[in-house]
Amino acid sequence: MSEKLLEIHDLEVIYKTGLETVYAVNKINLSLEKGKTLGLVGETGAGKTTTALAILALLPERTAHVKGEIIFDGQDLLQLKEYELREIRGEKISMIFQDPMSSLNPILTVGSQISEALTLHNDQNRSKEEIEARVEEVLEMVGIPAFRKKDYPHQFSGGMKQRVVIAIALACEPELLIADEPTTALDVTIQAQVLAMMNELRERLQTSMIMITHDLGIVAQTCDDVAVMYAGEIIEYGSAADIFTGDKHHPYTVGLFGSIPNLEVDSPRLSPIEGLMPDPTDLPKGCKFSPRCPQCMDICREVPPADYVNGGHRICCHLYNKEGTK
Amino acid sequence: MSNTAAAKAHSGKKSKKNSQLKEVWRRFRKNKSAMVGLIILILFALCAIFADLIVPYERGIDQDGSVRLQGPSAEHWFGTDAFGRDTFARVVHGSRVSLSIGFAAVGISLILGGFLGAAAGYYGGRADNIIMRIMDVFTCVPGILLALAIVAALGSSMTNLLIAVTISSIPGFVRLVRSSILTVVENDFIEAARSYGAKDFRIITKYILPNAIGPIIVQATMGIASMILSASGLSYMGMGIQPPRPEWGAMLSEAKDYMRTDPHLLLFPGFAILISALCFNLVGDGLRDALDPKLKD
Amino acid sequence: MSALLETKDLKKYFKVSNGYLHAVDGVNIAIDEGKTLGVVGESGCGKSTLGRAVLRLHEPTGGEVYYKGQNIMTYDKVRMRELRREMQIIFQDPYSSINPRMSVQEIIAEPIIINKMFKTRAEVFDRVAELMDTVGLAERLSGAYPHELDGGRRQRIGVARALSLNPKFIVCDEPVSALDVSIQAQILNLLMDLQDEFGLTYMFITHDLSVVKHISTEIAVMYLGMCIERAPSKELFKDPKHPYTKALLSAIPIPNIEMRNKKIEVIKGEVTSPVNPKPGCRFAPRCPNATEACTAQTPEFREISPGHYCACPFAQ
Repeated sequence: MSEKLLEIHDLEVIYKTGLETVYAVNKINLSLEKGKTLGLVGETGAGKTTTALAILALLPERTAHVKGEIIFDGQDLLQLKEYELREIRGEKISMIFQDPMSSLNPILTVGSQISEALTLHNDQNRSKEEIEARVEEVLEMVGIPAFRKKDYPHQFSGGMKQRVVIAIALACEPELLIADEPTTALDVTIQAQVLAMMNELRERLQTSMIMITHDLGIVAQTCDDVAVMYAGEIIEYGSAADIFTGDKHHPYTVGLFGSIPNLEVDSPRLSPIEGLMPDPTDLPKGCKFSPRCPQCMDICREVPPADYVNGGHRICCHLYNKEGTK
Repeated sequence: MSNTAAAKAHSGKKSKKNSQLKEVWRRFRKNKSAMVGLIILILFALCAIFADLIVPYERGIDQDGSVRLQGPSAEHWFGTDAFGRDTFARVVHGSRVSLSIGFAAVGISLILGGFLGAAAGYYGGRADNIIMRIMDVFTCVPGILLALAIVAALGSSMTNLLIAVTISSIPGFVRLVRSSILTVVENDFIEAARSYGAKDFRIITKYILPNAIGPIIVQATMGIASMILSASGLSYMGMGIQPPRPEWGAMLSEAKDYMRTDPHLLLFPGFAILISALCFNLVGDGLRDALDPKLKD
Repeated sequence: MSALLETKDLKKYFKVSNGYLHAVDGVNIAIDEGKTLGVVGESGCGKSTLGRAVLRLHEPTGGEVYYKGQNIMTYDKVRMRELRREMQIIFQDPYSSINPRMSVQEIIAEPIIINKMFKTRAEVFDRVAELMDTVGLAERLSGAYPHELDGGRRQRIGVARALSLNPKFIVCDEPVSALDVSIQAQILNLLMDLQDEFGLTYMFITHDLSVVKHISTEIAVMYLGMCIERAPSKELFKDPKHPYTKALLSAIPIPNIEMRNKKIEVIKGEVTSPVNPKPGCRFAPRCPNATEACTAQTPEFREISPGHYCACPFAQ
């Protein structure tokens, strides 16, 4: 049994602005084993990015109210002071953002941006030369020739920039890498290159990863475990095999699969989920998915469902709870 | 059925149109400092319009040696100046000059600048080049210097003062209108309008202007403040309104000799300039926030 | 069967500071009536420019566009404006493609009013109500403004607007790329239903290969301004000929964990610049089988098997 690197218990994030209260993340539970990749899947507004930012404690303090526990390496990140968090961010946990164009500083060379991360977390007391050597090493690692460290971000194409971003994130050899839609802004052939590179690096460095995406194809290709999020809740959780080949699913997961055109089978029509995401300021009372659910029952509108558990596979739906209690 | 549906739709449209203005007003009202600014400005405007009812013009013009340099009193609220003229009357009547110069100058530069900027932004190419290079020439000379030169050349009068401050502010408007239009033109809905056959006139009036007008209104509001300031500045230097006609800048200029002994002469017109300029800026800020649909609530 | 729309050697160059950007460079496509041509390619391959050049929203630099057998490049402004009723476009970005200062109803009514389709306002608004019903917009939204609506509904407005003039041909420029998957599927279904109902012909531009396979009868693959392969949809996916098409198809992540270890033909390098391109095959610098001949002359776009065209000398 491998060790748990990250455990999230009852995490809740509520944004309070003057006029409204947004329930962004509603009591989610997650865990991630060392060296594994967890896929966080869902549509816009499902709470994926908020969850990631909560782990790094990067949410705006004035408006975001965070409750619950985020246990990383035995300590609760939510209890740490800002300076303790700074030690962890970048060094033990780093994050890759969606847009490579805006996450690099245009007026610094890529080399200095990588060495900055290294100097900030210089536990091994590396000398200047050693840091430079490490910069070259990580650039080569992501497939960029070392001599390009003197170049500025605008001299790189989109795919290369995302490689630089990954190089910065990996420079300190973090234990956990959070990738927020790392390839959404890239073309397919470039996406394939970047994903192949990330898969290879992950295996070599044994980094744990949280992959946030809306693309089930990417999940299938990269993740060990999958959490499907909807309206701030994890509505289905399990191994990749549970999600992709298991026979029981949350109706939303079924709808998500029905929405993507299947390349292998010819289907004249897609079977999308009707309706829209619920308003996060005014979530439905019972199951959050009930207004759009094709299999909605009376109980769904009133009572929030409990998890149906089958080994590591959790489905938050009344459909299976009945069977489960039988 | 068809008629009722259309009628319903029709009325729905009407009420919505109003409610968009209402929406702007509702958001503007929430902004306390802008509301304070607006109320003070309305008071100023009322003062200017009904100046004769508040205090007769003659009180600010007729000299009376017996009441020279008096401090504020029940008789003379803001005191009197070196010629025994009532400062309150001069400030009140001065607001007519200052506010009308402010509004007129902004109005003219908005029309001229809007026209030139729209042409430069929408048609681009050579028209853009010619217009913008001419504007560059204007911008090379500092605004106040340009205004000074114009007044010096044409002689000082109210009209010439107006011309001077207007010309020096046109390049700013041209630039602003041009850039607002450029950002709107980039949107796909302009291309969409072309794709279903809309002509240039309709595109400019129904698509571009309503979307570009926000920042222009804001700039115009704030522009009034700077027009008042530069008109006062010119008058202070003796290049604007000529005595005995009251004008805030000219009053400051006259008061500077008595600054140590009778500071009230300086303070009242000074505050008038300060407060009106500040209020225009506050209202401009409030308008900017209220007009931005992205800042909903 | 003759094609509804056909291009011959269509070119669109843009002047940039250091030369000409060859956005569309000699493209030959044909779309049969009632069918859908999918145009796929990565960013910067000129697919959106092609869509606009076909409608003459971007005036082509060279070549011809035939609509119902007539060369529309010879049309003057007035005839072109008439023709635009039959040829419409749906845009990618549901946020910038509709005027934020107009209500839903006004947006859909604009083309009808401009083209004087009806005499009275009541008729216009009847038509708007009908269109809103067709695209699945609730009647109560007619007075709403775009910023009050989500992306999916905004895109429905765009579709309704394009339909308002009863067009025969619609260019769909990445109409679902900005939408979430579940909403994307709703819009795709809507577009396919409309095609069946009104016999529309689509040119469907996208970078998403699974979407294009789903909706198209024929697919054209573009690379740096050139159409490098064109084939019926099923055949292209079953038997791609051009090395770029092969790489593109194998790069799609498939939502099936059994395919996890499938061999991906990762092509090296990235798209080169379309400014002043050198002669020869544009894909040659990244191509695994490129020879000297490939860089020497532009490969011919030839018919390999009936209906399957490819611009690679090694394809067979």
